[in-house]
Amino acid sequence: MAREELEMDRSDDSSSEPMVSLRDLHVAYGDREILHGISFDVKRGETMVILGGSGSGKSTLLRTLVGLEQASSGEVWIRGKNIADISQDEMDEIRKHIGMSFQGSALFGSMTVGDNVALPLREHTKLEDSTIEIMLRLKLEQVGLAGFEYYMPSQLSGGMMKRAAVARAMAMDPEILFFDEPSAGLDPIIAAGIDQLILELKKAFRMTIVVVTHELASAFLIADRMVLIDKGNVVAIGTVDEMRKSTQPRVRQFLDRVAEPEVARELDYLQMLTEDRRPADMPGGKGRA
Amino acid sequence: MELVSQIGGGVTNGLAYVGSLATLAGRAAWYTFVAPFRGRPLRLTRAFSQAMDCGVRALPILSLITFFFGLILALQSAYELRKFGAIDLVATAVAVSMTRELGPLITAIIVIGRSGSAFAAEIGTMKVTEEIDALETMAISPVSFLVAPKFVAMIVMLPCLTIWANTMGILGGGVFGVLQADFTIGRYVRASMDALILRDLITGLIKSVMFGMTITAVGCLEGLNTGAGAEQVGKWPPPAVGWSFFLVVLGDLVFTMLFFFLGG
Repeated sequence: MAREELEMDRSDDSSSEPMVSLRDLHVAYGDREILHGISFDVKRGETMVILGGSGSGKSTLLRTLVGLEQASSGEVWIRGKNIADISQDEMDEIRKHIGMSFQGSALFGSMTVGDNVALPLREHTKLEDSTIEIMLRLKLEQVGLAGFEYYMPSQLSGGMMKRAAVARAMAMDPEILFFDEPSAGLDPIIAAGIDQLILELKKAFRMTIVVVTHELASAFLIADRMVLIDKGNVVAIGTVDEMRKSTQPRVRQFLDRVAEPEVARELDYLQMLTEDRRPADMPGGKGRA
Repeated sequence: MELVSQIGGGVTNGLAYVGSLATLAGRAAWYTFVAPFRGRPLRLTRAFSQAMDCGVRALPILSLITFFFGLILALQSAYELRKFGAIDLVATAVAVSMTRELGPLITAIIVIGRSGSAFAAEIGTMKVTEEIDALETMAISPVSFLVAPKFVAMIVMLPCLTIWANTMGILGGGVFGVLQADFTIGRYVRASMDALILRDLITGLIKSVMFGMTITAVGCLEGLNTGAGAEQVGKWPPPAVGWSFFLVVLGDLVFTMLFFFLGG
């Protein structure tokens, strides 16, 4: 599918109704607060990319969105329900309408690719085995893995594992798809393939997609809107163009890949240490002792 | 004062750990005995596969070890009984010791080594590779999917293995009886059967069910509590082994005292 065509279709089906809504979300591990009052919405059919550096809290944010971490305060609204304040059964009901693709794929190593994809269908539907078989083949075909249902995950490459994980995440035809670092650990060509897959899924199924990444090229390709998280706070939020044009120092530093000043100072110090300090009268010495 | 505080802290942590084990075992028991009546069927295929792993595949090593244990027990008993001209009682000594105590205990120790640590490693690896998180995001309870089948397999297979261990131990004692104490095989087996009452067998089997629950709970809890990083999984000996040994022996002591004071 042509990239231009996909880009033209962006946001066409985005309505104002938010599928994901965060209100003053705080998350803490013990005494250490990771997220300090995050608020933003993700509209239906929109692809929201959560950007941020290592340790910024973006993965914790994603884990909170799918209910793997508990909010210490604030609200997390998914499909119209505040998951910070619901029972396990209600959470499980919501989870049947969302899909999650993990950074390391998280395929079950003891099951074939087909069984991995079929697992949610076998667990949550009363479909006949023959119907499930047809559906899993369809899902694998959608991610470009037709014919791989009998392979074990260990027999797949990194990119294929990511695709299989996406097929599993899509098994229940979710309304919201979450991706944690979809391009992490993949070479640029395979990573571009995963980006393309995300765009195709959006185009074909009009899904709401939330992606956590720090890969800028990937983020600008797939996003409708972006939110930049830094040290547990929202620094900026906006469309791809708004972010590109942003003059906010932190946004510019992140997008222009500028090192932190203290890192720069450390590098100067390292350079000073490694400079030649041999006296001038020594062979090869420059005399800067 | 610091010592008292350390002891207090240790006791509190120990009790908290036992509380976590009881909670996990309780949840596994709910998924095993209650959930099937509420439209959440037990995963019998996974339970059967676990039963093959922790039960059937343990038979060769269990048979060898308990056979030798029976033989050792007969030799040790005969050493004393010979002095009193009561070598005929070897069959009784071996049968009662194996059935009431050693059969369940040796079986539990072998199963801890084979399966308890394997449970911890399997679930720990799944935790590190985010497979447990994946189960949760698919609205599949890890306790229902991973722990309950192991729980079923263990509470069914441990008593079966214990009966097998008792039999092999008695056979091992029988080898000594036939070669050194003028028994025939038939007379030795008859003497063993006469020495046992149903209560002996039942106390041993009750213990084995408790051991099965303990080993499963410790192995699975240690797996679920694994920290981040592969090095956490590869720690040897895994905490599951030490905790299982301790809790199985402690449970054994409690049950033996209970049966003793109840007149068993």
